[in-house]
Amino acid sequence: MTVLAQVRPDSWNFPLLLHVGGAMILVAAVLTATSALVVARGDVALLRLGYRALLVVGLPGYIVMRAGAEWLADKEGFNAKGAPEPDWLAIGRIVADGGALLLVIALIVGGMGASRMRKGTGGEGLLRAMLVISIILLVAFTVAVWAMSGKPG
Amino acid sequence: MSLDDWIKALHILSACALVGALTVLWFGYLLLRADGSASGGLARLFKIGTVAIAIGLTGTLVFGIWLSISLDGYEPWDGWVIAAFVLWLIAGGTGDRAGRLSQQPGGVQQALVLHAVSSLVIALILIDMIWKPGA
Repeated sequence: MTVLAQVRPDSWNFPLLLHVGGAMILVAAVLTATSALVVARGDVALLRLGYRALLVVGLPGYIVMRAGAEWLADKEGFNAKGAPEPDWLAIGRIVADGGALLLVIALIVGGMGASRMRKGTGGEGLLRAMLVISIILLVAFTVAVWAMSGKPG
Repeated sequence: MSLDDWIKALHILSACALVGALTVLWFGYLLLRADGSASGGLARLFKIGTVAIAIGLTGTLVFGIWLSISLDGYEPWDGWVIAAFVLWLIAGGTGDRAGRLSQQPGGVQQALVLHAVSSLVIALILIDMIWKPGA
């Protein structure tokens, strides 16, 4: 039974690569943004680096992760009408949808902060708010990765 | 969740830490190349990247070997497992060399090239893990 569970059709591999690769890139971007904002202590270059990591790496990572997830769910039959939704998939969907909203808010707040900083009119408070959202995202994505890989329930 | 499920989750979380560390270091090296020298903040960022690399490399190896022994149908001497181990060694070696070079004057450019090689090798490990050639 364990062996059977580990076997999956070859046609699932590419969407799985997109999903897992995208998720890793997304988590990596959030980790980079959080780390840069934590260690910055007023260093403008690092504050901007934190924002850019989310924008240039995190956003594309999210899109690839989500596209791969839907493609894979479709192939596995989870998107069919009346198909049961296991706990791990529900956790993944909730975190992905909520995470998208938080990611967009973080990008808007961080973008405004970076812009004000460039003009020399403050912006530290907004980037601190972005840091708080990044920490929440990092925790939420860690839970999602645990749920999707350990598959509880 | 069985113990193997927990180990699998920890294996993948370690891989996330590894990719996260690579990304932290990518941004760190690029900033270092632009600025010419590491500020206090950048040095702290490199420290976080180094710790995450250590967690990622150790976790992927230890939990990966555990799974290859524990799960039915897989063995540590399977071709794709050995390939992953060899690639892991190459990624660790080139990454370590990149870190050392980045601390030398004018060594950032070479460090970036080696870091790119290391990142490419990690991507190959992910492909190997998903396709499991020969399994």
